[in-house]
Order: sequence, then C-alpha cells, then structure tokens
Amino acid sequence: MTGERRAIEVEKLTRVFKNGPRAVDAIDLHVDQGEIYGFLGPNGAGKSTTILMLTTLLPPTSGTARVAGHDVIREGAQVRAAIGAVLQEAGLDPLLTGREHLLLQAALHAMPRSERESRADGLLQQFGLTGAAGRRVNGYSAGMKRRLDLAMALIHRPSVLFLDEPTTALDPQSRSAIWSEVRRLAKEEGVTVFLTTQYLEEADALAGRVGIIDRGQIVAEGTPAALKAEIGRPSVEAVAANPSEEIELAAILARFGEPVPAAGDGAVAVRLAHGAADLAEIVRAIDSKGLRVAEINLHAPTLDDVFLTKTGHSLEGSGGAPTDGADG
Amino acid sequence: MLTQLAALSRRSALRTLRDPSIVAPTLIFPLIFFGVLAGGVRAAGELPGFPAESYTDFVFATPFIQGPLLAAIITATRLARDIETGFLDRLLLTPAHGLAIVVGHLAGAAALASLQAVVFLAIGLLVFGVDIEAGVPGALAIVAFSVLIAIGMGGIGAFAALRTGSAEAVQGLFPMMFALMFLSSLTLPRDLIEVDWFRAVATVNPTSYLIEAIRSLVISGWDAEALGRGLGVLAGVLALGTGAAAMGLRGRVQRT
Repeated sequence: MTGERRAIEVEKLTRVFKNGPRAVDAIDLHVDQGEIYGFLGPNGAGKSTTILMLTTLLPPTSGTARVAGHDVIREGAQVRAAIGAVLQEAGLDPLLTGREHLLLQAALHAMPRSERESRADGLLQQFGLTGAAGRRVNGYSAGMKRRLDLAMALIHRPSVLFLDEPTTALDPQSRSAIWSEVRRLAKEEGVTVFLTTQYLEEADALAGRVGIIDRGQIVAEGTPAALKAEIGRPSVEAVAANPSEEIELAAILARFGEPVPAAGDGAVAVRLAHGAADLAEIVRAIDSKGLRVAEINLHAPTLDDVFLTKTGHSLEGSGGAPTDGADG
Repeated sequence: MLTQLAALSRRSALRTLRDPSIVAPTLIFPLIFFGVLAGGVRAAGELPGFPAESYTDFVFATPFIQGPLLAAIITATRLARDIETGFLDRLLLTPAHGLAIVVGHLAGAAALASLQAVVFLAIGLLVFGVDIEAGVPGALAIVAFSVLIAIGMGGIGAFAALRTGSAEAVQGLFPMMFALMFLSSLTLPRDLIEVDWFRAVATVNPTSYLIEAIRSLVISGWDAEALGRGLGVLAGVLALGTGAAAMGLRGRVQRT
C-alpha cells in the first residue's frame, strides 16, 4: 500500500489534557482512500479526542497525523478544506432553515456562488429534505437534523468524512438511512469515512476495518470478520425438550467441541472444534439418537466478544438502544 | 474572506432579527425607560442652567445607549449558545477565518442596533415630538453612534462568551453594563449633579461622553467638543471590544 492511497495516516498520536489522563496514548493507524474505518470504544476511550485532533480542532500533544495528504498541525486550513465532519453535537442554528444552513456552509468553503444553490438543492433532495428546506430547523426531528448535518458536511465534496457517533439517539429508521448513505458515499464516490461509534452493530454493518480503542490505546485492529475469527470459533447451544435427556444431549454435543458455559436454563453448549460446518452433523447426531430438542442456536463470536477478550470488559451500550453521546 | 464575512454577518443578523423574544424587549424596555424619564422627571428640565428646551429632548439619548447595551448582551448570549450547541465548532471546521467569525457575530448586534435606532427615532420624533437640532444628518449620526456602540460592547460581550462558553455567565454582564449607564450623565448634565461622588463617577465614566455626544446632536446641533469626546470614547470602546473578542477567540479556539 503506497502512501498516496492513504487518506489518514497517524503515528504515535498523543493528547494529554492538563491535570488529566492521556486521553489518546501514542496511537498508530491508517485509513485508505474510499475505506470505511470504524473506531470503536466505550465512552471516554479517546474516540472523540482522536477525531478532534484529526479534524484540526485540537492540537496533539505529540505524534503526527496526515489527513488527505496534509499535516494536521502545520496545514490545518488545507485539512479543513478537504474534510467534512459530523460531530456528536449537531451544531445547527434553530432559527435558520435547512437551506440556509447549506448555503452558509457553502459560502464558508468559498464555493462559487453559482454552484452553491444547485449543490444545496441536490443535497436536500439526496437527503429527503426538499420539503423541509424552507423550514427553520427547530421544527426538525432528530433524524432530519442528523441528515442535514451530514448534508452540510458534504457540501464541498470532501474526500474524507469524519463521523463522530452519527447515529446516537436516532430511531432505527433514521439510523438505517444514515448507514445507507455512508455506504453509498464510500462505494460510489470514493469518500473515506472515519466513523466512531459505541455501537458494535454499527461498526459491524459499515466498517471495512475496525480499530478498538480503550483507555486511549488501540487494543485491536482488523476487519470485523478477522477480529472475530481471531478470538475463537462459534459455539452451539441446545436445550433438550425432555429434561431427562439433557445428559445424553450434552454427550452428543461434546463430540463436536469443548463444553462451555451455557446462557439458558437447562441448556448445554460447546465451542465447535471445526466451526459452523459442524452444525448439520450435530443435528443429524441428535436425530439419530431419537432425542428431541426444544431449542438449538449457533453463536458466532461478536465484536463484543472481541472487545471483552481484548480489554477484559464489555463495551457499554453495544448494539443496544442509543444512549447519550458522551465524549469518547 | 469577504464571502465568509458576508455569509456569517447575514446569518448573525437573520438569527437575531428572527427571534421576537429577543427583538421585542430590546425595543420596548428602552422606550419605556425613556417614557418614564421624559414624563416623570420632567421638572428637572426647569433647573437653572438646564441646557435643553425640554427634558424629553435631553433624555432622548437614553434609548440609543440602553438599546445597544441590550443588543450587545443578547448577541453575546447567542454566541455562548453557539458554543454550547457546537455551532461554533461547525464554523471552525470550515476554512473560515477567525476574524470573519468574530466580526460576523458582531453583525448581529449591529443589525439589532440599527433596527432599534430607526424605531427609537421614529417614535421620538412622531410620538414624543423630539426635535433634533442637527437635522437629518444628525439623526443619521445618532444611528451610526448606536450601531458602533453595539459593536464595541458586543465585542466585550463576545469576550465573556468565548471565555466562559456559558450563556448564563454572559447574562451576568447585565448589571455591570447598566451600572455604567446609570452612574453617568444620563439624567442630568454633569455640572448640575449636586452629589459630589456621583458627579465624580459620572465624569470618569466613559458612558457619559457617549451619551453627551448623542445628546448634543439632539439639543445643540453639531457640538464639536461633545462629539469629539464621544468619538474618542467610541473609538476606545471599539478597539477594546474588537480586541477583546479576538483575544477571546484565540483563547477558546485551539484549532491548528
């Protein structure tokens, strides 16, 4: 991979706050052009501090970072011209209309006057906001505000897009709409996306590669599949329909892997020695013994399992209902 | 930078003028205060040596000071809200120059002060029968004074907003600004103030000279001495305000 294809390159990036912890502690990472990189971690892990440094809003204490080919310390203005960012706070003016927000943003990026209106109209249509374009944003729903926020970040056609917990507090439909647009931007327009999230589901669904940050340090990095494969094989869990057959069921399962604690009452579970392909054989074995099962489940490792393995603790809010977006 | 400045100024003016809960009090309270003074303290105009034909003309300068002070506080409060909501970060994420962000913000105070001045002039002339000795050019000069006071004091308010990032903290400036206004020659000429300490405070209070400059246009015409002192103070307020705002922005913003 050549440096020219790198949209983001970070080496030993560190931020220490006065009288505070090392919020970001000598992290190294790179993101290729057109890639969606998920930056995953719990509240306070250092996600937002990293984004603030990469978007030039916060100077690093030490280390280097280049974004879109520009040094974030020495070439802040060039970085800002090349990036778009959606931060945790939507940062909208309740008294301006959606269209006025886009035109303001276009002017601040010094876009030619002739191009501003057409670009704003195009984005309003793209994000389903044409009907609300003339309304002040204090009447917008959370999902509409987030879509406008994203549209504003894209007005000047940035090559790198930073999204800091973009779907926090959104309903599933709005979240899905944001995901679709992020995928499209990367696939069709080649935009590099650096996405922080505390939702495992989001990282799994969107990111080509994931970096897991905990207490300011990157503890794991790779594709979601590789990270999950790294920590182990899937497990299978079954519940006998007749409790008296539980021991016999456990014996059958034990032929396919080592027993592991089961989550459900009356359930038995094993980690499969040869992966998910064993499942069909297990079903045949159970059937051949004439046993009946009330339930049988295959559990693939999740990013939460990865997080648990790498950090020793589970990720808060993973895949669950959105919570307040705190500084990560 | 001019494009950015124009866009930010437009936004600041729009958001200020679109909010009736902001605009209405800044128009109504100065007019009420002016009306109370003009009606209730009318007898002061009969003091020997009083410099104006009517007390109404004399205190007509009041709303042109009080209005811009309110405009300055209110727009500074808005700036603090921009910080609280992340809007300032959004601006900082663009290539916008820091100076454009500060000056654009002050445009909101200027827009509100312009509106106030026009309304105060219309009501003063049409309802209270105020006679402006300096004529139409004098009226325009009053508008200009008012707008520039709002910009200067707006800069001081912006400094407070940028330093604290808190709308509540900015509103704490209200008492200080109004103390400056009341401890001045607002209601009486300095040489007719009998209480020594009050006269001394009014003499060193720069607000007195802003009031006297505006007042001179109403009651005397083109008084070079009063206008010169007023313009000197105005220049100082503008320098202090814009300098403080720029300093506040440097302290708030760490972008590279």
